[in-house]
Amino acid sequence: MDGFPILSLMMAVPMAGAIACLFVGANSARWIALIATLVDFVLGMALWAQFDQSGSGAQWQFQEYAPIFGKFAWALGIDGIALMLIALTVFLMPICIGASWNAIQKRVGEYMAAFLFMEVLMIGVFTAQDLYLFYIMFEAGLIPMYLIIGIWGGADRIYASYKFFLYTLFGSVLMLIAMMWMVHEAGTTDIPVLMAYNFDPHIQTWLFLAFFASFAVKMPMWPVHTWLPDAHVQAPTAGSVILAGVLLKMGGYGFIRFSLPMFPEASAQLAPLVWGLSMVAVVYTSLVALVQSDMKKLIAYSSVAHMAIVTVGLFAFNQAGIEGAMMVMLGHGLVAGALFLCVGVIYDRLHTREIARYGGLSINMPRYAMLFLFFTMASVGLPGTSNFVGEFLSLMGIYQASSWVALICTTGIILGAAYMLYLYRRICYGEQVNADAAAMPDLSGREIWLLAPIAAVVLWMGVYPESFLKPMRPDIHALEARLAPAAPAGDSKIKMGAPKPAGEAHEGAHHEEAPAHGEAH
Amino acid sequence: MIDSASLLAVLPELILTAGGLILLMVAAFGGDGTARIVNALSVLTLIVAGVALSSTIAHGPDAFDGLVRADAFSVYAKALIYGAAAVAILLAPRFFSTDSALRPEYPILILFAAIGMGMMVSAGDMLTLYVGLEMNSLASYVLASFMRQDGRSSEAGLKYFVLGSLASGILLYGISLLYGFTGSTAFDGIAVALGDGVGKGELFGLVFVLAGLAFKISAVPFHMWTPDVYEGAPTPVTTFFASAPKVAAMGLTVRVAIEALGPAGMDWQQIVIFVALASILFGAVAAIGQSNIKRLMAYSSINNVGFALIGLAAGTPAGVAATMSYMAIYVVMTIGAFACILQMRDADGKPVETIASLAGLSQSRKGLAAGFAIFMFSMAGIPPLFGFWAKFLVFDAAVASGLTALAAFGIAASVIGAFYYLKIIKTIYFDEPTGAYEAKGGAVENIVLTACAVVIVMGYLLNPLLDQASAAAAASLF
Repeated sequence: MDGFPILSLMMAVPMAGAIACLFVGANSARWIALIATLVDFVLGMALWAQFDQSGSGAQWQFQEYAPIFGKFAWALGIDGIALMLIALTVFLMPICIGASWNAIQKRVGEYMAAFLFMEVLMIGVFTAQDLYLFYIMFEAGLIPMYLIIGIWGGADRIYASYKFFLYTLFGSVLMLIAMMWMVHEAGTTDIPVLMAYNFDPHIQTWLFLAFFASFAVKMPMWPVHTWLPDAHVQAPTAGSVILAGVLLKMGGYGFIRFSLPMFPEASAQLAPLVWGLSMVAVVYTSLVALVQSDMKKLIAYSSVAHMAIVTVGLFAFNQAGIEGAMMVMLGHGLVAGALFLCVGVIYDRLHTREIARYGGLSINMPRYAMLFLFFTMASVGLPGTSNFVGEFLSLMGIYQASSWVALICTTGIILGAAYMLYLYRRICYGEQVNADAAAMPDLSGREIWLLAPIAAVVLWMGVYPESFLKPMRPDIHALEARLAPAAPAGDSKIKMGAPKPAGEAHEGAHHEEAPAHGEAH
Repeated sequence: MIDSASLLAVLPELILTAGGLILLMVAAFGGDGTARIVNALSVLTLIVAGVALSSTIAHGPDAFDGLVRADAFSVYAKALIYGAAAVAILLAPRFFSTDSALRPEYPILILFAAIGMGMMVSAGDMLTLYVGLEMNSLASYVLASFMRQDGRSSEAGLKYFVLGSLASGILLYGISLLYGFTGSTAFDGIAVALGDGVGKGELFGLVFVLAGLAFKISAVPFHMWTPDVYEGAPTPVTTFFASAPKVAAMGLTVRVAIEALGPAGMDWQQIVIFVALASILFGAVAAIGQSNIKRLMAYSSINNVGFALIGLAAGTPAGVAATMSYMAIYVVMTIGAFACILQMRDADGKPVETIASLAGLSQSRKGLAAGFAIFMFSMAGIPPLFGFWAKFLVFDAAVASGLTALAAFGIAASVIGAFYYLKIIKTIYFDEPTGAYEAKGGAVENIVLTACAVVIVMGYLLNPLLDQASAAAAASLF
């Protein structure tokens, strides 16, 4: 496939689909969208298969370069980190289309077009190798999401759509100014070159803060997370899935691609700020999630808490932490997406997100209860599921940097178990107090087809994470090397080389061994 | 003595003058029935003048001993002006047909305004500047009150005339001060005199000149006329006001600031920065409460002028190029937006102007709604639409010349502006339909709308061309 513009093709397919959807009837639009996303999924898998994972090859693969825009270029290319996020995107998109099959009945063509356009932009964000191209893709995502929330959302959709748009726009514009400054300073818009450019440490602080304003809002981090619960609650199910599944990951991707490698000194200097905000987020938003009476809001707050684990992992400045952060992002993308789908399933039947209106669903919806339980456990971080791997690695990484942060963030796991199990108990167990909820039919074939693939991948990621870690390892290693001179000294004083005591370290070793063992077979 | 090279340098103006006078005779003797043919011939005249632009530049920048400049800058600006003027003529017949108010004076007045605007952007002397400005203004006053029987239109014309005269007075006073203290009305003469330090008198002159020019580009604090005139004038005239004269006035301001007042850069830079930020902020905040779409567009133009001035504030060739690119993109966006607004007619074909009447448009007129959405998102500066690139260029120039704080503040204020553009999109896409518009728009409006939309969506492919043209235009000033 050398020289074949597969990345451009992956963006052209949904783009063509989006344009086609605008001009056809409802049913054709559904099929066009499904086919376009499935084609993209196949292309994504081909991309993964062709990607050189050995670590000895080039860091940036599938590069394309066309200087057609004057001051910036159509420059694409991916490393392992981008590859994984693209895989997540193309995996979730057909599921989103499937989730909207019956739920969306008005203006179907425009809806599908908005989703396909969103897919173009998400792939664009993860593949862009030109700073300005990245910004354009990053910002343009606001338009389809604004329309998705505003047209097909719930009762308070207009407020939510405004809040989403203006919050994220305000966060991003300052980043643009910082980008301009960087381009004038370094004389290039090429992201790989900028990643190796050493900016003056004093200026780095300002640049970091400007980027932080954007990514922290996108992530979202406490205290700029307030747009997220509103947006999630009002968005249609598939909108929530894509928001939680991929859009939030753009923030984490931004940290990994820009903030950390481009401003290592400033990252180290401001790491305590990030840790502090993350600690507050883990504890505070988990407690807030505990008292929610709206299912979607609860999961939205849990997303904020999970994203905080991502930020502490990223700012642990070591391989384990960053790998963990990436795994949490991938795992959370799947699990939060699946949880929103689970909410969507019962919302489609009863048209309320009020937790108290349900109860005892495991009696009349046993399949649903089983899958919902699985995703609840995955969200809690049960070993064997995707989130366990990520959370464990993240916390292990941050423990090396700051044991206090690790201590407080680990409470998030306990609180997570509390609010998720409490949610599950109220919905699936107990007496069937509401007759209409008790009469709901179990999952349809279509719904099983939406949830089962996610469950399979969650399990795969939990049992054999090496498939997902391997493509990223060389890139994360390079990032760690880049950060090493600036990384803050840890307080945990881990003695390397000494016999590993039982407990945490042992668990970690065991976990690293398992995949190696699996590979031998 | 007038040499032939000088005459060639003003060939487009000569063509427009001759064409305008001949058509005036046709109109005078042929009566109102000739309106359509005069319309068509006026557009043709503008096209011929546009083609003639290419011959002007060959004969050196100076014509008539420096009174007129024929350089890349004037060619760039005139191409925009003639194009916008032609579209303003093309869009008119359908609007005026309902009241059978289409009279041949309309295209002819626009032709005369175009001559004035051409003189403005190619002025090399304060006197040419003033004559060009007045020629444009006089035609504009009449155009604003073109609907004679409509009270709002007459009011708009009168307001425009009174405030415009005041601004002209201020400008003339500034010119006289500059002449008195520098001993020259030529731009290069003034620049030479300012080169050895800026005296108090010269500073006063500079401030008055800039105040007069700020009125013409409707920048805060000299913007007061804009909303009333935009609202009162017939919509095709508003389209014209929002496009061609804006380019002319901005081009003139840039030329005066760089060529004549260049050595006093430190002095006018503060003024331009203040005016730019005030325009951005005021244009954004005041637009939020508007319920009339034309008034909203007036505040939007104030807002946009503020952004364009950021490029001038940078004071570098890159900054001037950014301002000129901004104007090019802005003209396309504005004409596209007005091509949408012109289609806002109720079921009987009567024009409506309230934003509320747009509710639910996306369900009855998909194409029109998409057009509105494209132009509004573009004006809000959201990528991937081309309006983002306009803002990008001016902020990039500001950052490059060290005005990072200005850029940061300006771009943060653009978020406020985004709010009211979003409000229109919200009304169109999210609200339930209230009343229906007429089933389909006019062919000309649709063609203009589609052409502008294509440029706004695919504009990045034009980047190399636009960069080259505006860089050449800017380079000819330095």
